[in-house]
Amino acid sequence: MLQLKMNKKTLNNLLKGMNIDRNVRLMEVCGTHTMAIARAGIKQLLPPNIELISGPGCPVCVTDQQDIEKILLLAQNPRVLITTFGDMLRVPGSTGSLQEMQAQGAGVRVVYSPLDAVNLARTNPRKEVVFLAVGFETTAPTVAVALEEAVKDNLNNFSIVCLHKLVIPALETLLLDPETDVHGFLLPGHVSSIIGTNPYDFIPRVYKRSCVVSGFEPGDILESIFLLIKQLKTGEHRVDNQYRRGVTKAGNKTAQQLMDKYFEPFKAHWRGLGEIDNSGLNLRTQYEKYNAFTKFEVDDIKFNLKPTGCICGQVLKGKRKTQDCPLFSKTCTPSSPVGPCMVSSEGTCAASFYYAGGEKVG
Amino acid sequence: MCVAVPARVINIEEPWAEVDLEGTTFKINMTLTPEVKVGDYVLIHAGFSIQHLDPEEARETLRLWEEYYAAIENE
Repeated sequence: MLQLKMNKKTLNNLLKGMNIDRNVRLMEVCGTHTMAIARAGIKQLLPPNIELISGPGCPVCVTDQQDIEKILLLAQNPRVLITTFGDMLRVPGSTGSLQEMQAQGAGVRVVYSPLDAVNLARTNPRKEVVFLAVGFETTAPTVAVALEEAVKDNLNNFSIVCLHKLVIPALETLLLDPETDVHGFLLPGHVSSIIGTNPYDFIPRVYKRSCVVSGFEPGDILESIFLLIKQLKTGEHRVDNQYRRGVTKAGNKTAQQLMDKYFEPFKAHWRGLGEIDNSGLNLRTQYEKYNAFTKFEVDDIKFNLKPTGCICGQVLKGKRKTQDCPLFSKTCTPSSPVGPCMVSSEGTCAASFYYAGGEKVG
Repeated sequence: MCVAVPARVINIEEPWAEVDLEGTTFKINMTLTPEVKVGDYVLIHAGFSIQHLDPEEARETLRLWEEYYAAIENE
């Protein structure tokens, strides 16, 4: 129940309703959408004049390489136990990946929930448990609850690498870039479960782009594209909410308050997009002792990084396609990735590798 | 990363709730959705319920798909 399936007649009708007499570029902002679109073969179904491009909504992909290097440095500390969602494990740094370090004996553990990391800190008092807090607004409140637990128990051996990013400032940066050639946005459903639909209202008002907040079933995504095309045909710009079953206008207030209690926005660095004002979350000053980078004094280290030839940064902005990259599926594959877009299970390059990207098959 | 799945709450021991996900039951933390009741549907992400799922809206979406869109004649 609640996993909705769409019948063939509806599907055909929606596809017919997508007929529009010009070329349309739509950006799916969320990496989970990118993967759902690729898996369901939606790009192959769409009329050829509708192009879906992937946005910056894969948190692992937009994590700055400097931060990756610092994490790898932390993992070298024998007292440190790195806890992370699986996605970060294989992201390559100049000295290898967390997975490779784990194989060599470093303390690295994949957890399902940030609370698992807190539990590990409780049960391993002689270890310094560091949780890699990566993710957008969907994930940040869960980390806030973990911090709440750590504060309650006054845990001194728990800290986080706070790499949370916010979707709205990234969207605004894309919209301010004159090179961003996008007519409408498929907005992230689960980020919106937390923040609601109100924060997107500036997009149609100021930037005259069409928006639909979308669910994640193939039917949801098709309906959302249909709704976007409908807006574009009539020349209207507004925020439609296709994912009404899980998204309200105001979002989840409890989650927003918890996020606000522990985190404050700061100027974060995104791979591909550069520095964006108020686009990342930092721990508030009174919770600074939970900041792993300052705790282990790696905050100010600058790494000299060699260029890898990876064009992830351009791909994340929708400027270039995965297939334009000379490394794609040659030296860069999911088993030996060069860039994060190939590592993450929801990266654009991984989606193209596994599911033939947008190419017509057969 | 923003993957979340729908599940039904079958038992509550605050702040934990037992949920049923297509026949599999497991425990999640419900701190982010304190007003959840047994029988409610929730979205699960990283071991937490992050939002209520409205079964009425889900039915409405399905009705739209099965009745409205299936019947419209497109140009």
